[in-house]
Amino acid sequence: MGAFPKQVKIVEVGPRDGLQNEKMADHTEVLKGIQKFPGINYPVLTPNLKGFEAAVAAGAKEVSVFGAASELFTQKNINCSIEESFRRMGGVLEAARAAGIPVRGYVSCVLGCPYEGKISPAKVAEVAKKLYSMGCYEISLGDTIGVGTPGLMKDMLSAVMRDVPVAALAVHCHDTYGQALANTLVALQMGVSVVDSSVAGLGGCPYAQGASGNLATEDLVYMLTGLGIHTGVNLQKLLEAGDFICQVLNRKTSSKVAQASCKL
Amino acid sequence: MGPAPSALAHCLGLQQLLHPRLGPAGPAPSAQFNSWVDAYKLPVESGQLPELPKYVKVVEVGPRDGLQNERVIVPTDIKIEFINQLSQTGLSVIEVTSFVSSRWVPQMFDHAEVMKGIRQYPGIRYPVLTPNLQGFHRAVAAGATEISVFGAASESFSKKNINCSIEESMGKFEEVIKSAAQMNIPARGYVSCALGCPYEGSITPQKVAEVSKRLYGMGCYEISLGDTTGVGTPGSMKRMLECVMKEIPPAALAVHCHDTYGQALANILTALQMGVNVVDSAVSGLGGCPYARGASGNVATEDLIYMLHGLGIDTGVNLYKVMEAGDFICKAVNRTTNSKVAQASFSA
Repeated sequence: MGAFPKQVKIVEVGPRDGLQNEKMADHTEVLKGIQKFPGINYPVLTPNLKGFEAAVAAGAKEVSVFGAASELFTQKNINCSIEESFRRMGGVLEAARAAGIPVRGYVSCVLGCPYEGKISPAKVAEVAKKLYSMGCYEISLGDTIGVGTPGLMKDMLSAVMRDVPVAALAVHCHDTYGQALANTLVALQMGVSVVDSSVAGLGGCPYAQGASGNLATEDLVYMLTGLGIHTGVNLQKLLEAGDFICQVLNRKTSSKVAQASCKL
Repeated sequence: MGPAPSALAHCLGLQQLLHPRLGPAGPAPSAQFNSWVDAYKLPVESGQLPELPKYVKVVEVGPRDGLQNERVIVPTDIKIEFINQLSQTGLSVIEVTSFVSSRWVPQMFDHAEVMKGIRQYPGIRYPVLTPNLQGFHRAVAAGATEISVFGAASESFSKKNINCSIEESMGKFEEVIKSAAQMNIPARGYVSCALGCPYEGSITPQKVAEVSKRLYGMGCYEISLGDTTGVGTPGSMKRMLECVMKEIPPAALAVHCHDTYGQALANILTALQMGVNVVDSAVSGLGGCPYARGASGNVATEDLIYMLHGLGIDTGVNLYKVMEAGDFICKAVNRTTNSKVAQASFSA
């Protein structure tokens, strides 16, 4: 079995990818309102230059841009081709570079697309390489609809790792078909050391009604801790944050660790 | 249950994965499906990660381990219908019931009726649990042709669960296995608490290997290593298997992972990477956890099959038919499924 990284950086996407099913109209107020602790990064998504400028005005110090490995998905999601989306992102990256703001790149549909079905690893590598060469410091590879399985994850990463150094890669697995943790495990075995997840497994799936969404941060931390991998995260405090947001949203947690830990 | 929802139709990847790799005919595969299937074959040059088995036997424990932990007592005829439905999915082993006193396990009150009432399809095995000689004789009288015995790698668990020490339990199992052997009835051995115990906490791999070796030595053809409370993670699974595999050939091992902490599929993948090719699961992820209220139980057969088929591993099982059986039993026990594949596939 492949050796695991000694340390994994967890990127918590709950407040954005998790809550995205709710309205995002209050982005400025949220960014201005939160307490920014030293040593913690608070990236925000900025799909275009206008969004970028608003984010900077509200105090953002890191931004993310979102590409996709599927033409149809790009068309349906942001109404343009992959090539055109690169031009838009290019604008943001240029402005970010000028302002000294780091940019993270996301690639959606890396293991499958709700419209195109199968996605070739070569296409994912092409899009990832482009974002990396445009200046993104990290590329988060997203199994957007959670259809992937460990073999597909391995093949996709093998292709991407020929063009982007593994240290600059992250995986963003959705748990729609219960495969997220197994897929993440394989990514770790291949040297990936950055994983996205969402506390309480927040968020559903707009393409499969009733389905679950992100990998739960609690369940990820449980596995990493069991593997002896350092994360710096306090699971107990995470459980509290998950409990808080679930109460507010009036929903049950999607984290199995939280379910097993709650005292009824 | 109506036709597949549109979200399912959109997701071409899922359609291919629902189709059986072998076994009962599913929908006629399109050319696109065939090329999709071919794309799933593991590349020859995959030197980075361990080889996976080409075929995995899935042992369905829903009717026993699953239902055993459900609060709603399921009527006998529903249990029989449930098992009959499972018999049509391509599953080759279905654990039917447990010949244990209903004082201990109320759900199993009708073990003899269920055993007599199910249709035993040729080519499918229907093992039953037999904790002692009395249970064994009753099982045989009811038509059982395969039995299982349940040991544990933890003294405390053994005492609390079956009211005797590991050593005493081995004595009882030996009686059962010997009697079974005389009647040409194969016996499967389970070892509970293989990755942790609700009373003792951590369990040494050496202890698991010791208990497994004894059961194997008595004549069990297969040893199912159970992460009873789902506390294990890939690292502890690997360490435990390394130790057990010094005593027992991988071909005689199975893993039985509970998903209490969401670790089951990751642990199963680890076991597969180490050469294990028999996996226990329960349709719909039936069963809770008696040690963690509100927690989930067995790994869901649907989610397991999804992963195996995605990996290009043959199982002979038709995922769609398993989902139908899962839908049936969830309605019967009045609960929502614990299978993520089922949740994603049926509209809310």
